[in-house]
Amino acid sequence: MDVRRQHRLRRRLLTAAHFIGLFLAMSIICLPGLWVVLNSFRPTVEIMAKPPVWIPTELNLDHYRAMFGGIGEGGVPVLTYFWNSLVISLTSTVIALLVGMAGGYAFARYRIPGKSAIFVGLMVTRAVPGVALSLPLFILYGRLGIIDTHFGMILVYVALNVPFTIWLIDGFFRQVPKELAEAAEIDGCTRWQAFWKVEFPVARAGIASAGIFAFLTSWNEYALASQLTRSLNSKTMPVGLMDFTSQFTLNWGGMCALAVLMILPALVLTFLVQKHLIAGLTFGGVKG
Amino acid sequence: MAQVVLQDVVKNYGALPVVHAINLDIAHGEFVVLVGPSGCGKSTTLRMIAGLEEISGGRVRIGDRVVNDLPPRDRNISMVFQNYALYPHMTVRENLGFSLYIAKRPKAEIERAVDQAAEILSLTPLLDRKPGQLSGGQRQRVAMGRAIVRHPDVFLFDEPLSNLDAKLRTQMRVEIKRLHQKVGTTIIYVTHDQIEAMTLADRIVIMRDGHIVQIGTPLEVFERPVNAFVATFIGSPPMNLLPATVRSGGLRLADGTVIPLPPGLTAREGQAVQFGVRADNIMPEGHSMPPTAHMALVEMPVTLTEPLGTETLLFATLAGTEVQAKMLNPRPVRTGEVLRFGIALDKCHLFDADTGASLRV
Ligand SMILES: Nc1ncnc2c1ncn2[C@@H]1O[C@H](COP(=O)(O)OP(=O)(O)OP(=O)(O)O)[C@@H](O)[C@H]1O
Ligand SMILES: [Mg+2]
Repeated sequence: MDVRRQHRLRRRLLTAAHFIGLFLAMSIICLPGLWVVLNSFRPTVEIMAKPPVWIPTELNLDHYRAMFGGIGEGGVPVLTYFWNSLVISLTSTVIALLVGMAGGYAFARYRIPGKSAIFVGLMVTRAVPGVALSLPLFILYGRLGIIDTHFGMILVYVALNVPFTIWLIDGFFRQVPKELAEAAEIDGCTRWQAFWKVEFPVARAGIASAGIFAFLTSWNEYALASQLTRSLNSKTMPVGLMDFTSQFTLNWGGMCALAVLMILPALVLTFLVQKHLIAGLTFGGVKG
Repeated sequence: MAQVVLQDVVKNYGALPVVHAINLDIAHGEFVVLVGPSGCGKSTTLRMIAGLEEISGGRVRIGDRVVNDLPPRDRNISMVFQNYALYPHMTVRENLGFSLYIAKRPKAEIERAVDQAAEILSLTPLLDRKPGQLSGGQRQRVAMGRAIVRHPDVFLFDEPLSNLDAKLRTQMRVEIKRLHQKVGTTIIYVTHDQIEAMTLADRIVIMRDGHIVQIGTPLEVFERPVNAFVATFIGSPPMNLLPATVRSGGLRLADGTVIPLPPGLTAREGQAVQFGVRADNIMPEGHSMPPTAHMALVEMPVTLTEPLGTETLLFATLAGTEVQAKMLNPRPVRTGEVLRFGIALDKCHLFDADTGASLRV
């Protein structure tokens, strides 16, 4: 009896410790984000207060209002930045996915000489920090005259994402047994139909997750964008954040407000695709 | 329905030949089983017929067309894969109807064909499930259903039962045979299980190392194996083989025991041979051995017994080699007990020791 009670007590303590541990970890991960959201609604005095004010006394939309307001009253061309970001990120993601699918599929299904070397090569390109590329890219783009264009940014992000999407999608196609495509071919499909009607839907979840990665990478990228964009033509939201810095002051509230606008679409997209992800996870086509 | 003809069909992987110029004639509606040990090229042969594997040489004909250069979709064949290869993102209904949907048949026709196939294979209650929600046996039936829906010229099966447990396998074996009786379509069936081969086939094709060793009805390959390989491969338990030398009209075993030369065999004096006899043809005296004119008697100590109910399998030692014998109407036997066994000589085989070729005329 006693032993059992002791056992139960121990288990409860463990559960509690578990929760506390999780709570701490989640706080560390989430707090900066929450702080950004909170700051976007607080008057600047409160943001700057020392010691920090944890419980806000006043919440308002002033920073948002100012941000959308005229230039000179703290306003920035949010909608243009948003549009630039959206066009650049979506287009580069779609292209990176198409290239990634073609490449990943080829790697997964065909015997390619020097395959592992190519793979290592792909990964090595990812090991180079973006900033290190920015100067050569800047010179190259300057010569080509594609600085500060959507095209230039899309090109950079496609190049940045393709190695990763190939690598990821290769992994997902490898898990799709090749008998599925063979069965489809016997059922009357062409090679092309077999891919789109069977292999693609089965690997869809993986491709979608590769898409999220690619999109978020482009959406959040700052180092290269800050060098290769300079005007409303192509400035993306992360670069737009710098509009809130001036020579002597930093408009923290405005920056946080724009940051919130940046986070929102990414969150929405992730949620949308996640549903897709779960729907795609259907197993059992083959034994097991 | 269609006949399938393989003429000198060759498959090389790079420089490595895996199928060597095989010839095979399969008639309309025939059930042919390709059987052989692992890696002998059965799947490769089947996949060449299906169009999934390029044909390196020779010709494959289905019906009256040479199909060498036709893609799988134009060969009008169905295939059941070892791992079933059901489309995991489709329901059973969609899986069954997929080929007709691809062929752009009218909806009503697809529905009718799917319902009919589901009826034949008792899949009707499962039609709206996804493959992931089915048991192994049910998946197997869906795979068969997908094959029969489109009324192909030829069914190809690649070890369709090897992922099932023993009981289900026996059950599905019967269902496949019944299916063949019902639809009468030509079937080419690959297995490495000789029992499946024996029970299902109209004709068995025994392969080894990319060659066809023997083609024949189950009884032919059982009763008249062309070589020692077929003899040990077909039949359970495998045929006993004893090394022997031909000496003055008799067979001299390793320990000097002499057995009279079985009738109908040609052997040179002094030739090194293997004497083959199935367990069914070695029986302890007094246990329902059917009387035959040619009977040799030997005494052997029993080393192990395997009671199977109606019969007991006896392991005994003859001339230093372990042989298996059958005891009908069994009585308990102690290990070490020495029994007198009768060997039915007219059911025995002789194989050349070097080439393994049968010496039966
Ligand atoms: N892609 C390939 N490249 C090289 N060799 C191959 C390839 N596929 C198969 N082989 C070889 O071809 C031979 C025949 O293979 P196959 O799959 O036809 O055997 P199998 O008779 O079906 O055997 P199992 O009973 O194990 O399925 C094997 O020796 C195998 O190693
Ligand atoms: Mg095989």
